[in-house]
Amino acid sequence: MSATVLSDRPPPHSLLENIAAQNLPPSGPTADVTRDNVAVVWISAATIRATLQMLKDHAQGHLMLFDLTAIDERERIHREGQPSSSFTVVYHLMSLDSRADEVRIKVALTDHAPSLPSISDIWPNANWYEREIWDLFGIHFDRHPFLRRILTPPTWTDHPLRKDHHARATEKPPYSLTEDQEKYEQNALSFDPSLWGMKRHSDHSDFMFLNLGPNHPSVHGVFRIVLQLEGERIVDAVPDIGFHHRGAEKMGERQSWHTYIPYTDRVDYLGGVMNNFPYVMAVETLAGITVPPRAQMIRVMLAELFRIASHLVFYGTMAQDVGQLSPVFYMFTDREKVFSIIEAICGFRMHPAWFRIGGVAMDLPTGWDGLIRTFLDYLPKRLDEYDAMVMRNPIFRARTQGIGAYTKAEAIEWGVTGPGLRACGLEWDYRKYAPYACYDQLDFDIPTGRNGDCYDRIVVHIEEIRQSLRIIRQCLEHMPSGPVKADHPLTTPPPKARTMHDIETLIHHFINVSWGPVIPPGEARACVEATKGLNSYSLISDGGTTSYRTRIRTPSFAHLQMIPLLSRGTMIADLIAIVGSIDFVMADVDR
Amino acid sequence: MSQIPFLAIVLTPLVILALATLLTWVERRLLGLWQDRHGPNRVGPGGLFQAVADGIKILFKQDWIPPFADKAIFVLAPTIGMMTVLLSFGAIPFTAWSGIVGTLNVGLLFILGMMGLGVYAVVLAGWASNSKYALLGGMRAAAQMISYEVFMGLSLLGVVMIAGSFNLHDIVMAQTHCWFILPQCLGFLVFLLAGIAETHRLPFDLPEGENELGAGFHTEYSGMKFGMFFIAEYAGIILISSLVTTLYLGGWQGPLLPAALWFLLKTTSVVIFFILLRAALPRPRYDQLMALGWKILLPLSLLNVTATGTVLMLRAAG
Repeated sequence: MSATVLSDRPPPHSLLENIAAQNLPPSGPTADVTRDNVAVVWISAATIRATLQMLKDHAQGHLMLFDLTAIDERERIHREGQPSSSFTVVYHLMSLDSRADEVRIKVALTDHAPSLPSISDIWPNANWYEREIWDLFGIHFDRHPFLRRILTPPTWTDHPLRKDHHARATEKPPYSLTEDQEKYEQNALSFDPSLWGMKRHSDHSDFMFLNLGPNHPSVHGVFRIVLQLEGERIVDAVPDIGFHHRGAEKMGERQSWHTYIPYTDRVDYLGGVMNNFPYVMAVETLAGITVPPRAQMIRVMLAELFRIASHLVFYGTMAQDVGQLSPVFYMFTDREKVFSIIEAICGFRMHPAWFRIGGVAMDLPTGWDGLIRTFLDYLPKRLDEYDAMVMRNPIFRARTQGIGAYTKAEAIEWGVTGPGLRACGLEWDYRKYAPYACYDQLDFDIPTGRNGDCYDRIVVHIEEIRQSLRIIRQCLEHMPSGPVKADHPLTTPPPKARTMHDIETLIHHFINVSWGPVIPPGEARACVEATKGLNSYSLISDGGTTSYRTRIRTPSFAHLQMIPLLSRGTMIADLIAIVGSIDFVMADVDR
Repeated sequence: MSQIPFLAIVLTPLVILALATLLTWVERRLLGLWQDRHGPNRVGPGGLFQAVADGIKILFKQDWIPPFADKAIFVLAPTIGMMTVLLSFGAIPFTAWSGIVGTLNVGLLFILGMMGLGVYAVVLAGWASNSKYALLGGMRAAAQMISYEVFMGLSLLGVVMIAGSFNLHDIVMAQTHCWFILPQCLGFLVFLLAGIAETHRLPFDLPEGENELGAGFHTEYSGMKFGMFFIAEYAGIILISSLVTTLYLGGWQGPLLPAALWFLLKTTSVVIFFILLRAALPRPRYDQLMALGWKILLPLSLLNVTATGTVLMLRAAG
C-alpha cells in the first residue's frame, strides 16, 4: 500500500469520540496512531465489556468485530508510549459505514494468569477468537460458554504463541510415546456428546451422532462437524477445526521478513499471490516503501487472476457437492488456463510467492498480453454455458435456493466478509471501501445478492469472476511502464545493479540478503479483499530481521463459525450445500 | 420347460455379467468424453481391458468383513443384489425365439417381484454394516426404492392393458404396428424415472450419495463383495434398459437388421441415456425425491391408467 493512499484518510474519529465521551476511569483512553493510521485506544480490563457494548449499540448494527487477538509483550523492546503489560489483547473493530471508524482497542494484561471477561455474548463471533487466544496464549476468558482448545489437540499442555514456547520440535528432546500416554491420547479422542454441549436423547427419541469428517468427501479438507441427528434432520452441529493448524503465525516470528512470503501463499492455498498481497503491504507500510505504479498494477492483475482461479474451484466443487459431476471438470480446465498464464508470468502455478517487499519478483515476460487477451475472450462464453448448465438447472436451484440463508445483520454480527456478505445485499467490498494498490483507478462493480442463501452466494461468486475479467482487461490496456520494484534500501532482494561499484551498496546488499532487511519498529495492518473475504496481516516489528508478532486474520475462520446457526433444522444434504457455498479452505481457517 | 436350451441358461448370466463389466468401462469413457477428459485409455485398445484389470484387482483384494458387522447378513446382502438382477433377465425375450423363459405367462410380474426382492440387498447391507453412514444409506434406499416400485408397477399397467398380457413375448408382439412409447408416453416417463430410482443411479443415487454419505449403504464393503454390488448396479442398468426396450420400444422388432441386433441397439441407446443423465444432472434432496414420487409421479401414473382404460373401453364399445 502506498503511503500516499493512507495519508488521504480522514482523521479517525467518531468511534474514538464515543470512547472519549465515556470518560472512563482510571486513566481514560489513550489514543495513539500506528503506522497504518488506525487509531489505538487502551482500555482497562474492567471497562472493556461496557465500552464494547456501548460502541456496538451506538453503531446500530454496522460495527463488525473484525479481529480479536493477543500479543505476548514480554520480550518486546520498543514499546514507547504504551502502558506496560505482559500480554495485550487487541479488539479490532471495523465500521462498515465509514473508513474512519476503524479502531484497535487494546487491553493491557499484567497478571501471571491473565484473564478477561468474555464478550461472546456481545459479538457471537468472539467465541472462536477467544478460544483461539486461550489456546495459543493462555489468556482466560471468564464466562465463556465453551472455553476449550480450538487449534491444538485437547491434550496439548502449553500455549504455543507465547514467547517462551518452542517454535520447532528440534528445540525439544526427541518425541516418545509411552503406553500410558498413548492410552491417554486415545481416550482424549473418544466422543462424549455432553462435552460438546449436546444431549443424548430428546423426550421421545435417542439422537444419532454422526462424525462428518475429518475425512469426508464434502468437507473440503480436514474438517470435522459433529452432527446431532434426528433421522436425517440436524438438531445441532458442532464444527471442530484445527486439523490443518501448522503454526503459520509462529513461523512468522522465526522467518525473516522476506523468507516468510512463501508461507503466506499456503494460507489460503487457492489464493496464491492474493496472500502475499496483504503481507507485503503491511511490511511496506512499516518500512515506508512506496511501490511503483507498474508493480501495483501487476500485483492487482495477478491477484485478480487468482481470484478467478479460486472462484472457479468454488463453482465446480459447489456443483459437485450437490451431485453434479461434470462442471468441476470444465472449471478445472479453465483454471488450468489461468494457471498457464500465471506460470508464464511467475514460473509457478499455485503458490508462486511472487510478490516482494517493495514490488514483484520480475517484470512481466514478453508476450504476456497475448496470453491474457486470449483468456479474456475465452472465459465469458464458458461462463454463459455454465449458467445454463448449473445455475438454471431446476434441481440445482431446488437444492440451493432458500437454503443456508442469513440476513445482513447476522452476517455483520458473525464477521462475515467477502461474497458471503455481499450475497445478503450489502454492497460492500474492501477494494472500494479502502482502495489499496491501484484499485482506485480501476472501474468495476460490486455484485450483490438478495437473499443471502446458498444460491445467491454462488451468483455473487460468478459475477465476481466477470468483474475480475473486467479489471484484468483494464490492467492489460493501461499497464504503466517503469520499474517493478521500489528504489528503497529495504526492498528485498535489494537492487544489485550497483553492488560492484561502491562498497556501501555492496554491504547493504550483503546484509539484506544474508540477514534480511531490518524493518523499523512499529505496528501495521494491511487488509485485502481476498478470494473468500477480508484477509489481513497485522505485523509488529520490534526493529529486527523477523516479525515480533504476525497475526493473520482470515475470512474462512469467521465463516465456519456460522455453520451451527445455518444448519440447525436442515437435512444432511443441505448441510453439504451450505458447507460448499461458504467457500473456505481449511488452511485458511487453521493457519 | 424342457425345451429351454441348457446353453441359454448358462450363457445368459455370463453374457450379462461380461456386459455389465464392460459397461463400467463404457461409462467411464463416455463420461470422459462428455467431461473433456480421456477416461481409462491405457489398458488394451482404447482402454478396453480396463474392466478386466479392475476385475482382477478386485478379486485379489482382501475379503474383509468389519468386526462390528452382522456377518451372515453382511455376506448375504450383495448375493441377493446379484441374484435378483440375474434372475430377472430370465424372463426377458431378447429375440422372438431366445431368452430363457421369455414366454413366461407372468413374466412382467416375475421381474417386478425380483426387483422387489432386490431392495433387500440394499436395505440389509445398510443394516448389517452397523455403521452410521451405511444405515442412513439403507434408510434412504428403503424409502426410495419401495416408493418408486409403486409408481413403476402402476406405470406398467397401461402397457399390460393394451397388450392384454403379462407375457413379455406377447407384449413385444403387440407392438408390431406401434411402439408403446407413443400411446404410453406418460407411462414411459414414469417408468423411466422409477427405473433410475430403482437402480439408484444419479440423479437418484441418494442411497449412495457420495457427497453426503461417503458411499452410503456399501460404505463398509470392499473387495469382491463391493464388486458384486457394483456389477449388480450395472447389470441393473442393463435390465431396466432391456425392459424399456421390451415394453416401450418394440423389443427385438425392426426392419433389415437381425432381431438380436435391434434389441442390442435399442438397449444400448437407453443405457447411454442413463450415463448421459449421470453426466448432466445434480442430485435432488431426499425429501424432494419423495415429493416428486408421491406428488407428481403417482398422480401421473394413475392418470395414465385411467386414460388408457377409457380409450380401450371406448374402442371396445365403438
